[in-house]
Amino acid sequence: MSLATSPDTGLARGARPLPRWTPWALGAGALLVAVVLGGALGAGPVLTAVLAAVLFGVAVNVVSRVVEGPRRAADRTVTAVVSAMFLTAMVPLVSLIWTVVSRGAERFDLEFFTLTMRNIVGEGGGARHAIIGTVQITGLAALISVPIGLLTAVYLVEYARGRLGRAITFLVDVMTGIPSIVAGLFAYALFVVFFGPGVRFGIGGAVALSVLMIPVVVRSAEEMLKLVPAELREASYALGVPKWRTILKVVLPVAAAGIATGITLAVARVIGETAPLLLIAGFTASLNTDPFNGSMQTLPVFTFYSFFTPGANPGPSIDRAWTAALVLMLIVLLLNLVARVVAKVFAPKGSR
Amino acid sequence: MTAPTPTTGLRPEAPPPGEPARPAARPPRRLGDRVFSGMSTGSGILILVLLAGVALFLLAEALPTFTADPEDLPGGEGFLSYVAPLVFGTLLVSVIALVIAFPLSIGIALFISHYAPRRIARTLGYLTDLLAAIPSVIYGLWGAQVLAPYVVPTYRWLAENLGFLPVFAGPASATGRTILTAGIVLSVMILPIMAAINREVFLQTPSLHEEAALALGATRWEMIRMAVIPYGKSGVVSGAMLGLGRALGETIAVLLVLSASGGITFNLISQSNPPTIPSNIAAQFAEATGLAVNTLVATGLVLFLITFAVNFAARAVLARRAEFDGASG
Repeated sequence: MSLATSPDTGLARGARPLPRWTPWALGAGALLVAVVLGGALGAGPVLTAVLAAVLFGVAVNVVSRVVEGPRRAADRTVTAVVSAMFLTAMVPLVSLIWTVVSRGAERFDLEFFTLTMRNIVGEGGGARHAIIGTVQITGLAALISVPIGLLTAVYLVEYARGRLGRAITFLVDVMTGIPSIVAGLFAYALFVVFFGPGVRFGIGGAVALSVLMIPVVVRSAEEMLKLVPAELREASYALGVPKWRTILKVVLPVAAAGIATGITLAVARVIGETAPLLLIAGFTASLNTDPFNGSMQTLPVFTFYSFFTPGANPGPSIDRAWTAALVLMLIVLLLNLVARVVAKVFAPKGSR
Repeated sequence: MTAPTPTTGLRPEAPPPGEPARPAARPPRRLGDRVFSGMSTGSGILILVLLAGVALFLLAEALPTFTADPEDLPGGEGFLSYVAPLVFGTLLVSVIALVIAFPLSIGIALFISHYAPRRIARTLGYLTDLLAAIPSVIYGLWGAQVLAPYVVPTYRWLAENLGFLPVFAGPASATGRTILTAGIVLSVMILPIMAAINREVFLQTPSLHEEAALALGATRWEMIRMAVIPYGKSGVVSGAMLGLGRALGETIAVLLVLSASGGITFNLISQSNPPTIPSNIAAQFAEATGLAVNTLVATGLVLFLITFAVNFAARAVLARRAEFDGASG
């Protein structure tokens, strides 16, 4: 926001604004009091921080109310509260990232990427099978979801009329809200009809992930197609180009960068899904590259099992879990980064 | 959308002068158009079929639960008494998450949209988007290994000093893996999503409204109260409901953090905690056979209905907002 209030907005009649350094001074004072008081009471760092924040809020309110009047005091207090809320929310998130990076770095070695867990008890071992499984299952899911999602988006934007269009829009909304575990149950219920109880294989995981991925692809592609100016289509029609060629040659290329970004983000969204893969893709200690036959290990499930059932000597297994979590986080970050770059580099230039 | 005229793509009946005259035969109707529109429509219909398939297959797989003898089900007392604590646990943990995340998400969104210097606001917005993409299994790992041990002393203190409140009745869990911890982890998880939605909503406030408020001499907080909050109210509500829907369906984070053993209780910090529907499915599914599988699928169906209701309510709020002030999204 570029809007700024003038220095005397909200001041009481005849009052002068507090000097600019006042909040900083009050903050430092509150921190000092909190540390001394917290030290006396034996409070931990979190409680001390909370105490400091509360003291700061109260001090700002009182000082401003006395010097500047109630309206300015309320404004300053809310600023303090909102900033404190932001800092509070950052604490667990920073702690999360810090823990994953520091604990994950311990086993972030060559062995982790070149070995599977076959015949490994205790230390050593790696997640090669899980990484390959994740790439395969997510790739298959993308292979299923992208054509369906993209064509549906084209239908919704270019062709949909009346009831069918509205019904599909509504159902895509419903699909967005399907809990991931229900998608896993669906894939299980689907394949159990054909293959009997206890079925586990990679393609089932891909189907479950597709159920989660299709609505994301449809939504983002739809947004992008809607952004294509109607003038471009009109110009193409005016030149006598048929509708399908207009869509393929004019509309989709203009929207391509945005669609690619949306697909990348959708992949990033499903690559970390654990629950559906737990149900239908199962878990294994060995490498299995055939998605149509037998359980397949994936990175999220590997993370989960290494932590959940660490065995008699839990240390090495939990270390592996953290490293797998780090690898997973890096993949997600990388995909997000790629999406940003794609959006930036391939965005249609304004001059063209 | 503009539609091509009926003659678009046809060869002109009369060739322009200077070209050899062609016979005015009717060329084949655009085959490409028919194929392409057929494929698009087919994909749309496929989604209808897929969703019908989800409902049908789940129902088919869940049906034996309702026809079987109640004593044969896990727990041996019928489906309702099996699912009741699960539904309770799911709702309780999600409501805890929402109660924590709701005010914080508004605070974060306001901070990014109206308080932070503009240069870092963009980066912060990007950061919240990134945090929303972190897989839930990582949040679960963090909750179980970092947060749970950390909150144990606090829970002990709460049980000793506020034990007269039913929610803190104790005795405090020694591992910290209680329903309150799970709720906190879920709140951390849904916070980035809710904050991102709220930020979008707040940024959409017409700047004329904001400028008008400031021109009347409002302070920044008064401007937010007069222009930003009323405009964004329904967007914030629906964002909260989408966050709630996400918390309801969360599986792995809850499974990793919560040590579920008990039934229905409002005691948030003790050892006995109700399980949630998704975490129960994930925990039991690998070993379940026969009727137990059907029962788990039936609980999944219940979860689907709950999340559907919540999401539906969220959409209704959003749609009403679009109707009233003409702003979409």
